[in-house]
Amino acid sequence: MKRKLEISELIFKILSYTFLTVFALCCLYPFVYAVSAALSGRHAVEYGQIVLFPKNIQFEAFARMFNNNMFWNAYTNTLFLALFGTIWSMLTSILGAYALSKKRLLFRKFFNFFLVFTMWFSAGLVPQYLNYIATGKVFEAIGIMDDKWLVVIAMGMAAMNIILLRNAFEGVPSEIEEAAIVDGATEFQVLSKVYIPMSKSTIATVALFFAISRWNGYFWARQMISNSNEHPLQVFIRLRLEEFQDPDFITGWNEVYATDSAIYALIVCSIIPILIIYPFIQKYFAKGVNMGGVKE
Amino acid sequence: MRAKAADYILYDQETGAYRVDPEQVVRDDVEKHYWLHVGRMILKDWRLYVMLVPMLLVFLFWRYFPMYELLGCFKVNDMVKPVADQYFSGFSYFKRLLFAGDSLSLDFWRAMRNTFLLSFYGLCFGFPMPIILALFFNEIKSDIARSVYQVLTYLPKFMSTVVMTSLVVMLVKQGALTTNMGIINQALVKLGVMSYETANAGLLNNPTFFRTIYQISGIWEGAGYDSIVFFAAIIAISPTSYEAAQIDGANKWAQMRYVVLPSILSTVVIMLITRIGSLLNVGYEKVLLLYNTNTYVTADVVSTLSYRHGMAGNTGTGIAAAAEMMNNVIGMLLVIGANTIARKASNTSLY
Repeated sequence: MKRKLEISELIFKILSYTFLTVFALCCLYPFVYAVSAALSGRHAVEYGQIVLFPKNIQFEAFARMFNNNMFWNAYTNTLFLALFGTIWSMLTSILGAYALSKKRLLFRKFFNFFLVFTMWFSAGLVPQYLNYIATGKVFEAIGIMDDKWLVVIAMGMAAMNIILLRNAFEGVPSEIEEAAIVDGATEFQVLSKVYIPMSKSTIATVALFFAISRWNGYFWARQMISNSNEHPLQVFIRLRLEEFQDPDFITGWNEVYATDSAIYALIVCSIIPILIIYPFIQKYFAKGVNMGGVKE
Repeated sequence: MRAKAADYILYDQETGAYRVDPEQVVRDDVEKHYWLHVGRMILKDWRLYVMLVPMLLVFLFWRYFPMYELLGCFKVNDMVKPVADQYFSGFSYFKRLLFAGDSLSLDFWRAMRNTFLLSFYGLCFGFPMPIILALFFNEIKSDIARSVYQVLTYLPKFMSTVVMTSLVVMLVKQGALTTNMGIINQALVKLGVMSYETANAGLLNNPTFFRTIYQISGIWEGAGYDSIVFFAAIIAISPTSYEAAQIDGANKWAQMRYVVLPSILSTVVIMLITRIGSLLNVGYEKVLLLYNTNTYVTADVVSTLSYRHGMAGNTGTGIAAAAEMMNNVIGMLLVIGANTIARKASNTSLY
């Protein structure tokens, strides 16, 4: 039985398609514009002639970026921070969440409160800054001279993610664990052979949250990493932007691209890897936001 | 509480005799040697507690030790000495920030106001947007078309704050001798919304536009992604509910009103309460990347004020920390209050 579309339904349908199309295009437009502006010739950019498609195409802005050692350096640093940061965060979170998910853990309520309280109250920027400086000195004293390790170890733990993991572990039926213990599995084997395989998708989601927050980390990396050779990509982009925004700064008169193109090229280059993996990770994100209800 | 003598005696129904309850003896033993038992339990499960240690240490060192540094709010600032050796100054920093009436105090009140207004406008304009998007997503029956729309609208969420703000800065930048103004400024001038002079000065240099830019970029970045929660609530509605409503002669608006709205109301309420709970937690990173000296009037929030005075400047770490602490304490009370209300309203606690 096929119903005829009522007039109100038709209006709503048209309205939703129009609105979504406009909104989606608005979401996309800045990126398209950035690519076009990065590829356009100097004259077209400086006189604001680009609307959608590039004009007088040049690849110099990208070429200059690819030949810049500092840029690749920043990329490597970001990869380093994201890789080791995620490994460290996941290691501590999985172990901690596993312990917290066990009913037989003594003082379980206290430990939970210990975590949750950090979501409610944060000491603020200045105390954290003083604390990072102090721990940085401790790190130096025990022989870790590299600021990068401070960023990896000290920053980017999130109580919310640990709670997501804990909830997933609590959902694993206890019969399976008991069976494993009867078969002679140790505590660590129970975790690695039973719990981790059974909550794979949550672990993937949480790892993704950690990785993205590490990849995007800017403020503390800028504050704590003093050596410009160790700056991650986000800090590199921002410093470049501040430098280019200086009214005295213009690309040399003999360049074929405008200052703006250089910044847009930088932005586009930093987005590309995310765009490449985006289709594969997107479903995990949709899952994560429903799991947690709230993402901090 | 110590057990009474009667607690030790059990009446055995089969034999009709009284005997000592062995379990109560054990309970008594546990109570008497509580910490010994705790120690035994921990030793038995020591692997579990070892697993807990790295996480606890990270939180202790980098979440709880900063709270200890907050003692600096109550002490005479002296960067050379550690907090423990400084002299107490009572509430002088708080008094100064709240009542002194000097420029720092005025800045503080301005920052409190800006913090509140930025999130309040976010609540008014940023909150309904994901719900509207989710309603519209539901209207698109073709799976492919819908996922295209969804993928496009989630996209900006994956950009870092730096990349997002860099794009915003570039799109609304000022014009100069050598370069033209940003594309959005040009569009606004073409549409006749704005005079050439205002647009050419750069939108981010004008305090009037800061809040608008902040909200619009917030919607651009987050609305699509935030709609996931609401969309999940909408697709959970059984199709039979719509059919029943249609048979009763409900048109689209009536279906919205009597089928969709009641079904997603609990999700909306929870998200709204959470949002109100985080009313004073404005992301300092985004403000820091978007504001400049010209726009402090509308852009400066408490965290950025604290950053400027305590980290980038040398007004003193104690007074800067005190400013942010007041903000965070009120914020914490709001979060706890909101969580309590959410628990009462829906029997589901967020944390």
